[in-house]
Amino acid sequence: MSTASASPDERVASRSALSRIAARPEVGAAVAAIAVMIFFSLNSDQFLSMAGAGVWLESASTFGIMAVAVAMLMIGGEFDLSAGVMTGFTALVVGILTTNYGVNIWAAVLISLGLALTVGAINGYMVMRTGLPSFIITLGTFFILQGIDLAATKLIIGQVTIQGMTGVPFYDSIKPLFGTPITIAGGTFYVSVLWWIVATAVATWILLRTKAGNWIFAVGGAQQSARQVGVNVMRTKIGLFMTTAGAGWLVGMISLFRTSTVQANTGVGQEFIYIICAVVGGCLLTGGFGSAVGAALGALIYGMTFQGITFAQWDTNWLRTFLGAMLLAAVLLNSWVRKRAETAR
Amino acid sequence: MTTDSTPDQGTPLIEVRDIGKRYGSIIALSDVSTSVRAGQVTCVLGDNGAGKSTFIKILAGVHEHSDGEMLIDGKKTTFGSPRDALGRGIATVYQDLAVVSLMPVWRNFFLGSEVTKGRGPLRRLDIGFMRKTAKEELAAMGIDLRDVDQPIGTLSGGERQCVAIARAVFFGARVLILDEPTAALGVKQSGVVLKYIAKARERGLGVVLITHNPHHAYPVGDRFMLLRRGKSMGDFAKAEISLDDLTSMMAGGAELESLTQKLEASMGEDSEVTQEFKAEVDT
Repeated sequence: MSTASASPDERVASRSALSRIAARPEVGAAVAAIAVMIFFSLNSDQFLSMAGAGVWLESASTFGIMAVAVAMLMIGGEFDLSAGVMTGFTALVVGILTTNYGVNIWAAVLISLGLALTVGAINGYMVMRTGLPSFIITLGTFFILQGIDLAATKLIIGQVTIQGMTGVPFYDSIKPLFGTPITIAGGTFYVSVLWWIVATAVATWILLRTKAGNWIFAVGGAQQSARQVGVNVMRTKIGLFMTTAGAGWLVGMISLFRTSTVQANTGVGQEFIYIICAVVGGCLLTGGFGSAVGAALGALIYGMTFQGITFAQWDTNWLRTFLGAMLLAAVLLNSWVRKRAETAR
Repeated sequence: MTTDSTPDQGTPLIEVRDIGKRYGSIIALSDVSTSVRAGQVTCVLGDNGAGKSTFIKILAGVHEHSDGEMLIDGKKTTFGSPRDALGRGIATVYQDLAVVSLMPVWRNFFLGSEVTKGRGPLRRLDIGFMRKTAKEELAAMGIDLRDVDQPIGTLSGGERQCVAIARAVFFGARVLILDEPTAALGVKQSGVVLKYIAKARERGLGVVLITHNPHHAYPVGDRFMLLRRGKSMGDFAKAEISLDDLTSMMAGGAELESLTQKLEASMGEDSEVTQEFKAEVDT
């Protein structure tokens, strides 16, 4: 037996540091984020002020939390179209339980989490058992939840907006957790930004440093192979759907306790933005490749553009055009990166 | 992990005696006898549909045999599942190799059997150990990689095959069943894989090499078992058979003879087709 030395092979150095970095999934998003930041800071004085940063960070944070969870799911090879409506559903559950039925607010928040995780588990179980694309299964749950949000809310409280949340007992005891603003040097920063950073860090840790992360990449990259070497595909995927639903709950709580109200149609249509953020962050639509940091950067780009257009006093509808163009650019870049990663050098 | 417990060269690890498999009224395999010994390569040769897959599925624990007996380390055994077989140190490397092409080599190497350190929420992959081990194990098999961090998809087909073999060896395989490892490879890559098979043999493993190519089997094989239409055409030690014999048996030598004669009769001895055909048969 020859013994290879543990020190890096001398031939590795011949690959330039630049090409090594360029192969990372989040690089495109990092470059784009810097470009967007420079662009809007040139077009608006407020953009780079503390006040301005507070606004676009707040905007990016909720999308960021969802994008990170959706990115993990996409790396695992699946989609969740019910992710957007989940943010409204969980908030409505808390709103209705507390304002209409007088349930303790902490209990209501936990019930809401339980419901979200259950829906996530059902999504995952159905996808695994039927073998159908998650796109179709979660499109189904998306419409079911959307219908429940609107119809059940109207049926129970007779209107489509939850009111009177601030009057609920112990409301103030839970608000700091999800909706507190902190003022730093004239800028208002919400606690959601902290949640966003934590979510990104935890997701990165899981993806790159744990067995679960290894399995997520494996089930997304080659499900059959993963199964053959003993990866529990079912558990991994159901866990991913539950994570996405759990993130939907977190974002639901953040928006509920920040604004102290929620509309019955909250979150509808945002699932695509999460997917766009994840793809801009380097996730492949086919699974098996991507990063949480990339998705967080994708959400940052979204937040900066969304608020930057407002700061620059342009028509906010340009946001959509920008998103679409960026999505196309990202998909092209990603498929190029993938080809490089898969073919022999 | 493997070298300490290596049994003596030539110890029979698997013996099969008149083994057979029936699916209802269909006899997929019958009267097959051979042995797999430590430090030797047993080649199973046969054309498509000869029963090679059925045979390896019995060894791998996918199917139970319905006739005859299988002895593992001298004891009569019936496997209930592939996990049973794996537990007894019999690992199968299938044609699709079970690798995830976008993942780094070292992650593929340990996929499904990751090594972790730390406890509770800090329980994490022991990346340093896995990277180092993957590199060392591959080097021991003679595969010298620049970088175990490169996606396994960037390796050539032969190298990927070798990673799959090295992985099976590292996780305690004593017997390696290789299902047509050279089937999809070019000449040069096949040579690379055969070299690693020889290397595995040197490390004291018993190897079952399934192939339809006698030119690949003969250089590395110690024992040759030929299958044809579900029946064994014989089990030979290397000394008992030459490559030419092997090739002609594979091609169905007797049948070819008679076909040549028929061609001669119908088309004339000197016709171009007959001459070409004869030349083919003779090589």
